[in-house]
Amino acid sequence: MDWGNIFGNAVGEIISPTTAAYALAAIGLGIHFGYTGLLNFGQAAFLLIGAYGFAIPTLAGAPLIVAVLCAIVCSVIFAFILGIPTLRLRADYLAIVTIASAEVVRYIVTTTGLTDFTGAANGLSGFKGTFAAVNPIPEGTYGFGPFTYNEYDWWVRIVGWVLVALASVLVFLLMRSPWGRVVKGIREDEDAVRSLGKNVYSYKMQALILGGGLGSVAGIIFILPRAVQPANYTTGLTFFIWTIMLLGGAATIFGPIVGSMIFWVVLSLTQGILYGAIESGALSFLSTTQAGQIRFILVGVALMLLVIFRPQGIFGNKKELSFSV
Amino acid sequence: MIAGIRLGRATRLTTMLLAVIALCAGLVIGSGALSASASTAPAPTPTPTEEGDFTSTYTIGGILRDGDNLVAGAEVTVEGDGFTETATSDDSGRWSVAVPGRGEYTVTLDVETLPDGVELRDPDRASATVGSDEWLTNTITRSFPLGVDTRQTTGFFEQFLQRFVAGLNFGLLIALAAIGITLIFGTTGLNNFAHGEMVTFGAIVAWVTSVLLGVNIFVAMIVALILGGVFGYLNDWLLWKPLRRKGVKLVQAMIVSIGLAIALRYLYLFFIGGDTKTMNVGLSDAVVLGPVRITTGSIISMALSVIVLVLVGLFLTRTRIGKATRAVSDNPSLAAASGIDVDRIIRIVWVLAGSLAALAGVMLALYRQVSWDMGFQVLLLMFAAVTLGGLGSAYGALVGSIVVGLFVELSTLFIPPDLKYAAALVVLIVVLLVRPQGILGRKERVG
Repeated sequence: MDWGNIFGNAVGEIISPTTAAYALAAIGLGIHFGYTGLLNFGQAAFLLIGAYGFAIPTLAGAPLIVAVLCAIVCSVIFAFILGIPTLRLRADYLAIVTIASAEVVRYIVTTTGLTDFTGAANGLSGFKGTFAAVNPIPEGTYGFGPFTYNEYDWWVRIVGWVLVALASVLVFLLMRSPWGRVVKGIREDEDAVRSLGKNVYSYKMQALILGGGLGSVAGIIFILPRAVQPANYTTGLTFFIWTIMLLGGAATIFGPIVGSMIFWVVLSLTQGILYGAIESGALSFLSTTQAGQIRFILVGVALMLLVIFRPQGIFGNKKELSFSV
Repeated sequence: MIAGIRLGRATRLTTMLLAVIALCAGLVIGSGALSASASTAPAPTPTPTEEGDFTSTYTIGGILRDGDNLVAGAEVTVEGDGFTETATSDDSGRWSVAVPGRGEYTVTLDVETLPDGVELRDPDRASATVGSDEWLTNTITRSFPLGVDTRQTTGFFEQFLQRFVAGLNFGLLIALAAIGITLIFGTTGLNNFAHGEMVTFGAIVAWVTSVLLGVNIFVAMIVALILGGVFGYLNDWLLWKPLRRKGVKLVQAMIVSIGLAIALRYLYLFFIGGDTKTMNVGLSDAVVLGPVRITTGSIISMALSVIVLVLVGLFLTRTRIGKATRAVSDNPSLAAASGIDVDRIIRIVWVLAGSLAALAGVMLALYRQVSWDMGFQVLLLMFAAVTLGGLGSAYGALVGSIVVGLFVELSTLFIPPDLKYAAALVVLIVVLLVRPQGILGRKERVG
């Protein structure tokens, strides 16, 4: 078993753009669930809308800024569509409607009738030009050990993690502000906030838009190292983001970031060790495909144990739990 | 009913943990025996990593299907980099070509080899390309949307009747599983996201007994019904009862059910593999009833669904336990105060829900085929049905299910069939907008 390679891959996951994208999506979900108490089970839809909202205009020849703005505007519109019917209802209705809407948008981008726009089941590729063009890093390979990447890969990582840092600062400042106190009040007791004359519906909508917007930016980061494939945006994606958020702690600043790093490092380690053991014959009765599936069985079990035994996550404070419904 | 074994809270949680560990250990040991039946078909990769899959061969493949019918015997040619190979789709419509590397290829479907009456929905899309930058995993899928030959279409009214019967069948089948969801919600307040996996469980049990072991399908149905009940009982005994004792909140419990759903789903994938299993049990003969063509399997499934639903209705309204169930559903504290053993009722509800879900799974297996995520695919439709009818109301679930089933099938008359599930979910959102408590729901249930 090549331990150096296994650990190298695992350590590389710490700063990978995928980790950054999941962290950003989990920060957005943290605003929804951790701070406001909204049960959004459709975060994958915001990533999907970010991805297509960026890729489609770029492929049509739009400049980078226009494409990014388009992605964000689309996610705001989607948040309105999602929020208007459901934010007045009880929490579990929002859960069912968000998960249903996420599937609806996925069915829509996968339908063959829209192949010219969305590429149907094949997805989209070839949209990296405008982002690579603004890369200030000269061509070449940089870094050391497991962190050796070419200029494009570094550019994606730097932009991804700067955005994660900016989002964390934004959430930190917002949650110290009067706005943050109101949404946390909504999480604790909606009626109490309403009795103070606050428009709960409007605050919930703002939180949904903000977290969804972060989700769509995460969607852009997620596709920059790969192609857009509709099969990536199943409810599984949403549940992984939930696991990451709950792992770190829902209502915390560093929780989503550390949660995402742990999630991907552990996934990479278990994959490396299982595949290594299979190659060396120690687990010859398993196939590599089955080894990949064991990891997701573990994700499910980890999510259950986490919610039962440590619902506040690694960093969380048990008093700040939005499980009160 | 088996009398509840009195165990302390700590012991119960330990039992639960041990069960989870035993499950994982069992799966590692059991995989050796089952890996022979595990397929070599393109494995679903839920979150492709940048490195992709680690299997050594690169393949391009897909499934040819015309609506719900799998198309066998059609030829697909893959060309590129001086490489040419032709694959023929097998009985499950599946074709795949192993290619030498991560290059660019052109995939062409030979339209001449399609069966009569089946043609490409868009005649200009007989070929597709695979780009060299698409090889994020080692398997690339290309689909060729097929449609009914438009020159042979029947009149609108015949199509409507055909779809109506199919919708009624699908709706009754959803109702079987949805009643379980609504009873569990009514008595415990839990939105059980692992209900789809109970449906898959029934389908897999029926597939193993009827196809692998060659037992008669009706015997397999009874086996699935019994094992489904046992599965429901174990769910409650090992997981939900200890969690209720621990005082776990409802939202927390809902997320636990999501974790359970993920774990079970990948466990099924681990054991049966990612390909679709066909249920060839001799129930796919077509019967022509006036303008409607229907399979014997569908007729049996509809008849059985109606009988079982009537029995469940009688159980809920006429028997002592059924009345107690409704009492617990209305007000658990009051029910407990009037001498009803609430825990026992919840246990019965779980067994009933497990059996009904397993039965729905068997029928779904006859209606479509068996696959590891089949239950999850219909889970949202079941939730839509339950929410449409009004959460917690058993009759509401029945009405909602039939509305969803009819809507799914009838919508294909106007919109592309690959959007039919989307249409049903859109209806759910619209209904919540105008009547949030659902069709038969009570107003106070809405927050």
